[in-house]
Amino acid sequence: MSVLIYAENAGGKFKKSIFEAISYARAIADQNNTSLTAVSIGNVDAAELALLGKYGADKVLNVSGDKLKDFVNQAYASIIAEAAKKEGSAVVVLSNTFSGRGLAPRVGVKLEAGVADGVVALPVQEGGSFKVKKTAFSGKAFAIVELTSAIKVIALVPNSYKVVETGGTAQVEDFSVESKASDFKAMIKEIVRSSDKVSLPDAEIVVSGGRGLKGPENWGMIEELASLLGAATACSKPVSDAGWRPHSEHVGQTGIAVSPNLYIAVGISGAIQHLAGVSSSKVIVVINKDPEAPFFKVADYGIVGDAFEVLPKLIAAVKEYKASA
Amino acid sequence: MKILVCVSNVPDTTTKITFTDNNTQFNTNGVQFILNPYDEIALARAIELTDGGKGTVTVINVGDASTEATIRKALAIGATDAVRVNAKPHDAWYVAHQIAQYVKANPFDLILTGRESIDYNGSKVAGMLGELLDIPSVSIIKKLDAGDSEATVEREIEGGKEVLTIPYPFVAGAAEGVAEPKIPNMRGIMSARTKPLAVIEPTEVKTFSEIVSYETPAPRGQVKLVAADDTAKLVELLHAEARVI
Repeated sequence: MSVLIYAENAGGKFKKSIFEAISYARAIADQNNTSLTAVSIGNVDAAELALLGKYGADKVLNVSGDKLKDFVNQAYASIIAEAAKKEGSAVVVLSNTFSGRGLAPRVGVKLEAGVADGVVALPVQEGGSFKVKKTAFSGKAFAIVELTSAIKVIALVPNSYKVVETGGTAQVEDFSVESKASDFKAMIKEIVRSSDKVSLPDAEIVVSGGRGLKGPENWGMIEELASLLGAATACSKPVSDAGWRPHSEHVGQTGIAVSPNLYIAVGISGAIQHLAGVSSSKVIVVINKDPEAPFFKVADYGIVGDAFEVLPKLIAAVKEYKASA
Repeated sequence: MKILVCVSNVPDTTTKITFTDNNTQFNTNGVQFILNPYDEIALARAIELTDGGKGTVTVINVGDASTEATIRKALAIGATDAVRVNAKPHDAWYVAHQIAQYVKANPFDLILTGRESIDYNGSKVAGMLGELLDIPSVSIIKKLDAGDSEATVEREIEGGKEVLTIPYPFVAGAAEGVAEPKIPNMRGIMSARTKPLAVIEPTEVKTFSEIVSYETPAPRGQVKLVAADDTAKLVELLHAEARVI
């Protein structure tokens, strides 16, 4: 057996969430005293592919070609499954990204493998059993899932495993799989990247605003603080429902679940549905003028105060800290 | 257009989650079950696309008889008919196989699911269905426009979006933005009682995963309050104590 990691790239570059997933996959390979192969699909250059070895891959299967330049769910799933078969992989790891979540179930069916998505910790393997911990009830709990199939597919939540540099080198091998024409039925017409913004699901810091901001015209303060901290911006459900911010920024039980190192909530009272989507953040800061706001009960740090007074002062303090650092 | 919407029956979003039997069972005592919020979005879009006699919307659920109230709600919102596969859903693999089996005998142009269920936060059924039926699947869509032979969808990607065209049939997982959930009106509620709800028996399917226990997140410590005019203190704490900036 071996362990296989799908190294997803964004525009030819690997992101931190992939280095986390490789480090995680490396640890599973070490648990089982086996090797780790990474499969990379799309046009990724040699210097970038070499990074996969630095974080623990022994071998890289490199699949390139114009047809596969951008993410094609069905064709990518076929390649990952074929790579797993070629390598005799018993565990296949993906990152729980938007693409990873679409791929994992297709790969699972192709390999007759049990699939666990939303995984947040290394598997526990005892006496032949294989158990993983995954998020459940939108962060209000975790479920321990036992995968009983011969091959297991795991999708790891970004920010839930540390990046470990092994400093190794990987042998890069070209790999190709005959794709079926039916794998290319879905055609990409356009890709719109907001390159100046940090992506919310894998952001290490998130600055989020609620109704306390009073209107979309006041979001400049949230954006300025986020930009200073290299953070993604987010919002509560009432804010996206009111059309102040796009749905893609809505964090919570019926929005995006996030697990950043730092979540700063401004003018959000902390309804149970919002807390569900942010409770796995490592550190939570709450700024709210209502001292009784439920968010303070789960916060690590808090400021009781009006967002319009506190935010400009906080922005100034962060600037000062940056200048002195 | 024939549309199938896959729906799950999940605990209400305000539910306090607790467990029994040494943390091995979800405590359903006093829990109100609802139509999964993302499935409501999928259903709302399906109804919009077939509005004015342009097609039918069938809802399917894999569940025991206790899920019928949720299925009737989907009918009250506007689905044409419903199917319940009479089995307790075991895992996504099991659910996807039951639905795929039904679709093989009863083809649809478009199959919608919610982007995930809010109970086990799985987003696997759409992709598994796509693979089992050998048709395209898009796991999380933000927009769906239906043309005659193909649809245009917007898919969320990290830090942006992707616009795709996909010929029918295909499977898509609906997220916020695809449609506004619809509230059933009195006429809908009355007519839901008489709309067809077929109950079919499950086929035998292997199960590959089992939840063996649950954990609740470790309680957080007491909040450390900082004075509103001492934001520098907060920055210092985040740097020196929490080590997050």
